[in-house]
Amino acid sequence: MKALCYNGVGDLRTERVPDPTIINPKDAILRVILSSVCGSDLHLLNGYVPTMREGDIIGHEFMGEVIEIGSEVKNLKKGDRVVVCSILGCGECQYCQSTQWSLCDNSNPHAWIPEKAYGYSPAGIFGYSHAFGGYAGSHADYIRVPYADRGCFVIPEGLPDEAAVFASDALPTGFMAADLADIQPGNVVAIWGCGGVGQMAIQSAFLLGASRVIAIDREPDRLRMAKEISGAEVLDFSKVDVQEALREMTGGRGPDRCIDCVGMEAVSEGLDYYYDKTKQFVRLESDRPIVLREAIMACRKGGTVSIIGVYGGLVDSIPMGAAMNKALTFRMGQQHGQRYIPRLLEHLQKGELNSSFMLTHKMSLDQGMAGYDLFNKKETMRVVFAPQ
Amino acid sequence: MANKKQPVSSLLGMGPIEPDTSGSSRINVDNTERIWSAAGGALLATYGLRRGSLGGLLLATLGGFMVYRGASGYCPMNKALGRNTAEPKSDDKAMDSIEIAKSLTINKPRKEVYAYWRQLENLPQFMFHLSEVQQLDNKRSHWVAKLSDGLLAKTLGTVEWDAEILEEVKNERLVWKSVADARIDNAGEVRFVDAPNGQGTEVHAVIKYRPPAGQLGGAIMKLFNPAFEEMIKQDLRRFKQLLETGEITTIEGQPSGRKSEQQPGKKPISEQAKVDEKHESAML
Ligand SMILES: [Zn+2]
Ligand SMILES: [Zn+2]
Repeated sequence: MKALCYNGVGDLRTERVPDPTIINPKDAILRVILSSVCGSDLHLLNGYVPTMREGDIIGHEFMGEVIEIGSEVKNLKKGDRVVVCSILGCGECQYCQSTQWSLCDNSNPHAWIPEKAYGYSPAGIFGYSHAFGGYAGSHADYIRVPYADRGCFVIPEGLPDEAAVFASDALPTGFMAADLADIQPGNVVAIWGCGGVGQMAIQSAFLLGASRVIAIDREPDRLRMAKEISGAEVLDFSKVDVQEALREMTGGRGPDRCIDCVGMEAVSEGLDYYYDKTKQFVRLESDRPIVLREAIMACRKGGTVSIIGVYGGLVDSIPMGAAMNKALTFRMGQQHGQRYIPRLLEHLQKGELNSSFMLTHKMSLDQGMAGYDLFNKKETMRVVFAPQ
Repeated sequence: MANKKQPVSSLLGMGPIEPDTSGSSRINVDNTERIWSAAGGALLATYGLRRGSLGGLLLATLGGFMVYRGASGYCPMNKALGRNTAEPKSDDKAMDSIEIAKSLTINKPRKEVYAYWRQLENLPQFMFHLSEVQQLDNKRSHWVAKLSDGLLAKTLGTVEWDAEILEEVKNERLVWKSVADARIDNAGEVRFVDAPNGQGTEVHAVIKYRPPAGQLGGAIMKLFNPAFEEMIKQDLRRFKQLLETGEITTIEGQPSGRKSEQQPGKKPISEQAKVDEKHESAML
């Protein structure tokens, strides 16, 4: 089959590789119909994740058709059109059973790597480096899905592929960001980052009762979509002082809930960006926490900061004094997709959430590198590959 | 790592048991040291390469050296130091035992977890460094270690020993010891405890073994003990996977763009060491 493989920093190639096969009884094989790029792929591509190996197939946001099932797969059959959670959960460990799926004890075959870095290992993720299991990703004609009964969700009839594909990753991630923020009716929510996850977080925040959502980015197209499609008020951080704007827009209180949908590769207009960028370059600091600092400073007293943008390693100069003395609550984590996907598919079908607008470019696998270049330059919301 | 701390087994109230001082720990001959050197070297090489850091590289280099030394029986360092470990020494005495303690929690009832382990024939299913365990009678068993294919297996043949269960409290604990003249004297205890709030069963394993005597025996053991600890941890993790999910989590056999993985038998050494989980478990 064809697959998009990592070949070093900034180097992707479409290559011929062997077809996947059933390895364990709970596996399924899918024909990939759509597979999307995601912001966190850029962390891998740009060399911030040291456990990538040449030849790894990337991609973790996808939907497709079941073409083969293992002997222990009970809830799926050949021909099912399914969307797959980007994070693998076994369904049997203590974490999966308490719906904290991204903390699964069993789904990372390389658990020893994060154990050295994090103390304990989180779940495996498709196409997301060897620290997260080294699973072959979805930018390919076919993909093996372990624990298929747990990770695959049959897409309701009538819901198009172009909407359903985002129920794999961007939508449950954005929804979880809003869910973690513990939004109370009437809350004002500030959201940093208007990429796919940010857009979904805006819509989810409204769904969960926010009265206003203020979204922050600097890409004109993304700000326009945040405003026109997702319904947020928007701030261009290259044009305004975000702290001042948020304070004034909230009657001097500050936003009740602050959501970081950016993570470790944040950019800003200020000096601290260059400070962090320099340190990151010499690897004294692996992550640039500009957004996190800003969210902590902006958040109202007693508010909640929800972190869904990905951090991988160490950060520097976090205003812990502000967090402590303002009695903030921090909540964070990789998405527990299996907890949210059934509900989100319903919201999509009823038109209560809109995801298909994010698909701005559809390409073939052969255009893989070109697609990521476009995405890296933020000239698109989401490039989606349609392998066949 | 473990040498400056209070042994974990004492924190757990476990492990008063000591391995015999019979087999390798008393024999100061080159063959035993060769086994340890080769096996330890393979472990180090694998473990080091997989760590991918500078420290890892050092480990890998050292590991590669030890494989060479084990396989060839020739140690340039020994020669330079004027040592010959093949010559028996009069002041030869048993080394202190080395302890490895690992615990994890399995989301299954204690009875079930115990029953699976007590059926010793099951062990090679998740202990990838074992090729076979044979229950000889209710207390005694015969163990065969699996050596990685290729160089090691050719050089060393098989490593086997008999073990005896000294104490058994059903659904609670098992204590065993290798019987006299084992290639590697070892002893251990596994304890099964209910985890709080219905979280399943805590499995606590303590394994003690004596490094082979001889001038390099202890030094070699200290070097590769971290890799050995990691191996035991992997075993327990696979035990948990098997009991909880009915399968062992793996990516082995999935596609990649690595040409070397598509043509078995043509792997560059570095790839070979990195690829296969099982290679981590050279022996024991
Ligand atoms: Zn993603
Ligand atoms: Zn699990």
